[in-house]
Amino acid sequence: MIEMFVALYGIIYREGLRFIYQRGRFFSALVRPLVWLIVFAAGFRGALGFSIEPPYETYITYEVYIIPGLCGMVQLFNGMQSSLSLVYDREMGSMRLLLTSPMPRWWLLFSKLCGGTIISIIQVYAFLAVAAIFGIHFSAFGYIAILPALMVSGLMLGALGLVLSSTIKQLENFAGVMNFVIFPMFFMSTALYPLWKMAEASPILRYICAYNPFSQAIELIRFALYGEFNGIAFLWVVGAMIIFMAGALWGYNPSKSAGAKR
Amino acid sequence: MRRNLRALISALLLTTALTTASYAGEIWVSNEKDNTISVIDDTSFKVTRTLEVGERPRGITFSNDHSVVYLCASDSDTVQVIDPDTGKILYDLPSGEDPEQFILHPDNKHLYIANEDDAITTVVDVESRKVIAQIDVGIEPEGMAASPDGKYVITTSETTNMAHWIDTKTQEIIANTLVDQRPRHAEFTQDGSELWVSAEIGGTISVFNVEDQTEKAKINFEIKGIHPDRIQPVGFEMTKDGKYVFVALGPANHIAVVNRATYEVEKYLLVGRRVWHMAFNGDESLLFTTNGISGDVTVIDVAKLEPIKTIKVGRFPWGAAWRPTN
Repeated sequence: MIEMFVALYGIIYREGLRFIYQRGRFFSALVRPLVWLIVFAAGFRGALGFSIEPPYETYITYEVYIIPGLCGMVQLFNGMQSSLSLVYDREMGSMRLLLTSPMPRWWLLFSKLCGGTIISIIQVYAFLAVAAIFGIHFSAFGYIAILPALMVSGLMLGALGLVLSSTIKQLENFAGVMNFVIFPMFFMSTALYPLWKMAEASPILRYICAYNPFSQAIELIRFALYGEFNGIAFLWVVGAMIIFMAGALWGYNPSKSAGAKR
Repeated sequence: MRRNLRALISALLLTTALTTASYAGEIWVSNEKDNTISVIDDTSFKVTRTLEVGERPRGITFSNDHSVVYLCASDSDTVQVIDPDTGKILYDLPSGEDPEQFILHPDNKHLYIANEDDAITTVVDVESRKVIAQIDVGIEPEGMAASPDGKYVITTSETTNMAHWIDTKTQEIIANTLVDQRPRHAEFTQDGSELWVSAEIGGTISVFNVEDQTEKAKINFEIKGIHPDRIQPVGFEMTKDGKYVFVALGPANHIAVVNRATYEVEKYLLVGRRVWHMAFNGDESLLFTTNGISGDVTVIDVAKLEPIKTIKVGRFPWGAAWRPTN
């Protein structure tokens, strides 16, 4: 039992070290949502029209609306970057070293997931701190309440990254992940526009956005920022996390790899 | 010792209860297009009553003891007097044609009414229910204010672009001061030393010295991303502590928070569409703004200077007034 936690600590520590030494990664994780907030949101101040939807109680600016979406964006990119690092580890051979550990495979993958999630939460709080400097701030309780929401959404998006990394054999293929996973997930979600706005454009698009697990993660974060719990979004995110985790376990199953080699 | 402590706690609880009780109240909002009044509980933020009134209700105010409501029913050409407890219209006061705004003199007896179509200010004795004077003013009179000592009443005329100073003893104009285009609203400061007048098209607020009627400051507004033509100051309210003036900016959909000492705008708060007027609750911890086009009222936390809630009311809410309910 203690060995399992030693392994967990070791993997999280390694993720932390990697994050500290890759300063560019932290910088880009911070700059990316800030560019969206400062440049993109500035041009869309009136984009929301005038409709007050929960959890909002009054009119808000577009900058305030996209904050939860940008928190989700930080976690989405972090999850994908985490999966990219696994592909790198596989190419460099350190993956083999990790998997030769006597610990159960699911535990190793879960530890990796925890490490990535912690890093993503640090990035989100750093982004929220900078957003507060720009005048977009929330209640103290909101900042505390999003922590569990960020943990669940971070684990779900990290698990998605694990599934993807199990299917990507070379680093070069990562561009495909950008095109076919990150962009559609982000743009077909409630990150930039609410569902009612999507429904105005296309009812089909609205349904795609509504059933996108990333949308549910954003809504979980959005409600938590206002001290509210969105039960449906929570169930969606947990459900998606279980499916992705199961997919990752299947993807990293050595018997599957062995079978494939034969 | 324990008994003393218990007595102290009881006294504290009683004081807290009394303080809280004295501040609980209602916001009365006149809905211009619906010919109704929406009554909002200022604690739960729920519309508790909707009352049918005369046509095109606009200016609304309570008597000093909050026992009756005065309401300008513009298209009914009357001022209606309503019992706030029952919501029943008690009687109508003669008002002249098209009463839009009015001010109740500090004596609680004389109502000064702006008659927009007739270019006059009508003075009504609310006890005898008779018109005691009609004063010729500029074209399209609208904004009305009374000095705290009751010496002056101001009428602003939208087209003449003037503030007319009426001596309440003689009921005659003693001075006219030019203001920017389309003056909409006027207010005296609590100490009576300054008069503030908003100009809708001019996009400014002019501050006058009451002593010599000279202009001492002019306040301009600028909101990032909003065209200057859409920034149209209309109604405004001052806090009793002399710290802030909250200015409704009409189609700019914002409330400007002006520092009363420096005349600088400290913050702009996003509210609903076409914000007209506003009213504080009892302890001035909350401000309720009427948003004409969006048909709602936004509640602002005065201490935090943040909008906290928006409440749906009738169509085109215009005026607002507060009364205690205990």
